[in-house]
Amino acid sequence: MNWQVIIPLLLFLVVIFSVGFWASRYVRSTDSFLQEYFLGDRQLGGFVLAMTMIATYGSASSFIGGPGVAYTKGLGWVLLSMAQLPAGYFVLMVLGKKFAIIARKYKAITLIDFLKERYKSTAVVIIAAVSIIVFLFSSMAAQWVGGARLIESLTGLSYTTALFIFAVSVLVYVIIGGFRAVALTETVQGVVMLVGTIILLVATIIAGGGIPNIIQELVAENPNLVSPYGAERDLTPIYVSSFWILVGVGVIGLPQIAVRAMSYKNSKGMHQAIIIGTFAIGTIMLGMHVIGVFARAILPGIEIGDKVMPTLTLEVLPPFLAGLVLAAPMAAIMSTVNSLLILISSAIVKDLYLNYLKPKATEKQVKRASFWVTTLIGVSVILFALSPPDLLIWLNLFSFGGLESVFIWPIVFGLYWSKGNKYGAISSMVVGMGSYILFDRLHPNALGMHTVVLPVLLSLIAYVIISKLTDKYVLSSNLHLESNG
Amino acid sequence: MKDNAELKDKRFKIAHREAIIGVVLVIINFSLWFGFAYGLGSGDPASYNYVLGLPEWFFYSCVLSFIVMFILVIYSVKFLFKEVPFEEEEERGDHT
Repeated sequence: MNWQVIIPLLLFLVVIFSVGFWASRYVRSTDSFLQEYFLGDRQLGGFVLAMTMIATYGSASSFIGGPGVAYTKGLGWVLLSMAQLPAGYFVLMVLGKKFAIIARKYKAITLIDFLKERYKSTAVVIIAAVSIIVFLFSSMAAQWVGGARLIESLTGLSYTTALFIFAVSVLVYVIIGGFRAVALTETVQGVVMLVGTIILLVATIIAGGGIPNIIQELVAENPNLVSPYGAERDLTPIYVSSFWILVGVGVIGLPQIAVRAMSYKNSKGMHQAIIIGTFAIGTIMLGMHVIGVFARAILPGIEIGDKVMPTLTLEVLPPFLAGLVLAAPMAAIMSTVNSLLILISSAIVKDLYLNYLKPKATEKQVKRASFWVTTLIGVSVILFALSPPDLLIWLNLFSFGGLESVFIWPIVFGLYWSKGNKYGAISSMVVGMGSYILFDRLHPNALGMHTVVLPVLLSLIAYVIISKLTDKYVLSSNLHLESNG
Repeated sequence: MKDNAELKDKRFKIAHREAIIGVVLVIINFSLWFGFAYGLGSGDPASYNYVLGLPEWFFYSCVLSFIVMFILVIYSVKFLFKEVPFEEEEERGDHT
């Protein structure tokens, strides 16, 4: 065990813990538990908002999986990863002020609250809650596995012990601190991710003898490594471009991101967050994936993609700095996991339990339910992660695509098209989820594009056509409640 | 009440405009990214030009486009976006 590396990591955990405990003060003293626990009382400022968004968005795949693939495929994969830049500004600009205003008007605490008020439909709520629980659970398990593997490779502990350490450290502060703890710890984590990326990038370039030298070594090995088509020339323009849907604009349909678009305090915070978020996400994505490519010139012959980033860090940095930089993927993983955990918990407690099982639950019962549900989910993910499935990055992307296909149109049209109705939303969600699963199983990457593209299109068509067809019926049965346009 | 409804209309108008700015930015972003990557990078990798040691296509499409987008985002937010109150109640003395 390398204590010089482990000490900064432990320090990082201590800081995260303290922030989490500090946030739990608010949960204990609040007079509106649900809004505080699941939304941080809508008090996020610009910097915290930006950091919580990028930290939630940037996950194990940005720091471990992604650079690993970039190592094998070359600069073409960096090009692909830059499709993530819009996530920094597009979500906040498009959901933007309208979502913030309407969410307040509806008194919505979760994304599902918004959908429930907008569509007045039990079916919408149930489908939404189930998709969040199913898809995010699998995504969370993937992150959990990543976290444990990282600790395993750094400390030499067994996978099970590593998993346990990781799980306990995340669970404690999320359970007691709720959304505010998540957002504040994510701010620390976001900064660690950003700074870690920059340190490692600089160290990598120095270790490789400068950029020109590194690139020429790659060209000497295989010129395609520096082409946009990938080392094997298998990255076609249409495939790479389709990631703009998956990890760029489609991010708008991710509940864990969308919920943050209703958590901020005022427009000023939102404006700052757009600027900071764009800078941070661009720097992290570009930096980490370039690092993955450059690593090939410094450490050729790494077989397992997930090992590239940790191995490189230990190689090019002195131990103490390496520990700091390795806190970055840890931060990325923790910050994704904690957001998902609180979101799944809100789907169960707020959207299912309070809506249908026990509408008249007292404050105390709600509190107890929230703590228990969060704990239970956490523990069951651990059990799931004990026999982990392979290929982190794809598991993670699977839930991205599935959720986007389900949520993107009900959210976007819910805000911007007053004629969109519950029948449109239900069919769009069912078509989105159904076609995503079918395409993924039977015909992945249809027409050379990432699987997500067609389901998103199909759910768009379903939403529009069904809303149009049922428009008259909705009007005549007088269910059309209000237009938001 | 009428005032409130009017205010809401105005706020939504601003929100809609800003959403459209978001869409325009993505279109610019995509065009720069795609145009430079496949416009400059589709030839034989052995005959690439280099800028600051990076292949030309990569420098323009990934590094420079990022910087350009960042500047455009700052410009949009500073000069085109407007601050609006979110609350229904009259709590907006501090930022209008």
